[in-house]
Amino acid sequence: MKNVVILGAGTAGTIMANHLHKKLNKDEWEISIIDEREKHYYQPGYLFLPFDIYEPEDIVKPIQKFIPKGVQFISQRIERIEAKENTVRLINRQFLHYDILVIATGAQTAPEEVQGMKGEEWHKSIFDFYTFEGALALRNKLREWQGGKLVVHITEMPIKCPVAPLEFAFLADSYFKHKKMRDKVEITYVTPLSGAFTKPKATAALDHLLSEKKIAIESDFAIAEVDNDNKKIIDYGGKEIPFDLLVTVPTNKGDDLMERSGLGDDLNYVPTNKGSLQSIAHKNIFVIGDATNIPASKAGSVAHFEAEILTENILRFINGQPLKEDFDGHANCFVETGNGKALLIDFNYTHEPVEGGFPFANFGPLKLLKESKANHLGKLAFRWVYWNMLLKATPIPFVPAKMKLAGKHFD
Amino acid sequence: MKKEIGTATIEVNEEGFMTNFWQWSKNIGEELAKESSINLTPRHWQIIDYIQDEYRKEVPLSIRKIGKSGVVDIKQFYELFPKAPLKTATKIAGVPKPASCI
Repeated sequence: MKNVVILGAGTAGTIMANHLHKKLNKDEWEISIIDEREKHYYQPGYLFLPFDIYEPEDIVKPIQKFIPKGVQFISQRIERIEAKENTVRLINRQFLHYDILVIATGAQTAPEEVQGMKGEEWHKSIFDFYTFEGALALRNKLREWQGGKLVVHITEMPIKCPVAPLEFAFLADSYFKHKKMRDKVEITYVTPLSGAFTKPKATAALDHLLSEKKIAIESDFAIAEVDNDNKKIIDYGGKEIPFDLLVTVPTNKGDDLMERSGLGDDLNYVPTNKGSLQSIAHKNIFVIGDATNIPASKAGSVAHFEAEILTENILRFINGQPLKEDFDGHANCFVETGNGKALLIDFNYTHEPVEGGFPFANFGPLKLLKESKANHLGKLAFRWVYWNMLLKATPIPFVPAKMKLAGKHFD
Repeated sequence: MKKEIGTATIEVNEEGFMTNFWQWSKNIGEELAKESSINLTPRHWQIIDYIQDEYRKEVPLSIRKIGKSGVVDIKQFYELFPKAPLKTATKIAGVPKPASCI
């Protein structure tokens, strides 16, 4: 028997386990997936938890529920990857040999990267919402908060779901309006980028929404430290922004395992071919989802599109055929804009988000880069799609891995 | 689009970043620096050289990486190229705007 070992049972790893289970010959291949955790979190739900839109139980399910029978699930901490020996070492001197390794260990927040961020005020007046614990603590804080200066902040790029902090600001606006206390809250959006988003057309649309919702924006802000005593954030240029409540997205990094194994870059992301998803250093190691260093968004939709292409490439690798460099960087993200509306953006390595219809060119029903109620309903419905189709690698109708150009309004 | 700078003409994008690195010269770098109100000192040139080396090696640039490079720390990087140092320094160096922002 030959072995495929998948590291990480999050979105990307779980989808790969399902794809490979369907495609690999069971008499020849054994599939294992390793993750020390037992719970699978629906990460897009972290955005809704602080505003009491979702309950904790809406966004947590057992990992095992989504791993197909016939795939071995190992709930153990991974000590090290020994790429030269094709071996994964677990704790307790256990180890697995692999013929093919799929790294899907994702990205995590690292608040300790910024001086003072994880200080005395952490989870008192400084919160993150990129972890389950952070989002829940923030929900409890918001329930009782009386108002003041709310600062929504991104530490540095890249981050998972780059639109999430903006969505947080939009939802905060609508949450405080609903609580009839919007006049008591001053919202400032602080970003290291030069505008609201990373791509020009979407930035223009989103900048407009920020001003419409009276959310101030501070751009090009590279944070040097958080001053806990005086409650302000300070950047390297000396600019200071005071806060009563700081909601920050800390530095995101790949798993420490990559550092221990000598496989990561300076942020522990694994250097990966952006078209084929093969690791640069080792031919039998493939990388998917947030764990890669490829210039695509770190988003579940990206992992979903990558999985189709990676599965095909793993089959080609097994058959000794050349790999296809087919991944185009396709991402597809709903952007909550508050008041029961959302935008939808669809883009890839070469084409930025523009207006148009989705998934059907002239019909929609979803509209790209325009606020609508249908888009918001789409985002809410997506939770069902995630648990019931996406993780199980069931194809989602009309949404192919490669981006469609038809129906998009490029200049 | 094209842009006249000193006596030369260069290709730039809508944000003023050069799109053909081979058109870059030290004189053009100095002219671009003037547009950002920066007087290039030897210290500035060390950083520009580093940025161009990394670009030739196809290493993606970020403020974090420059801070860890040993060439300059982040605080001084801000002093030398105020406000948005990575953007300003890459523009002067004639390399594309870093795509560390996705």
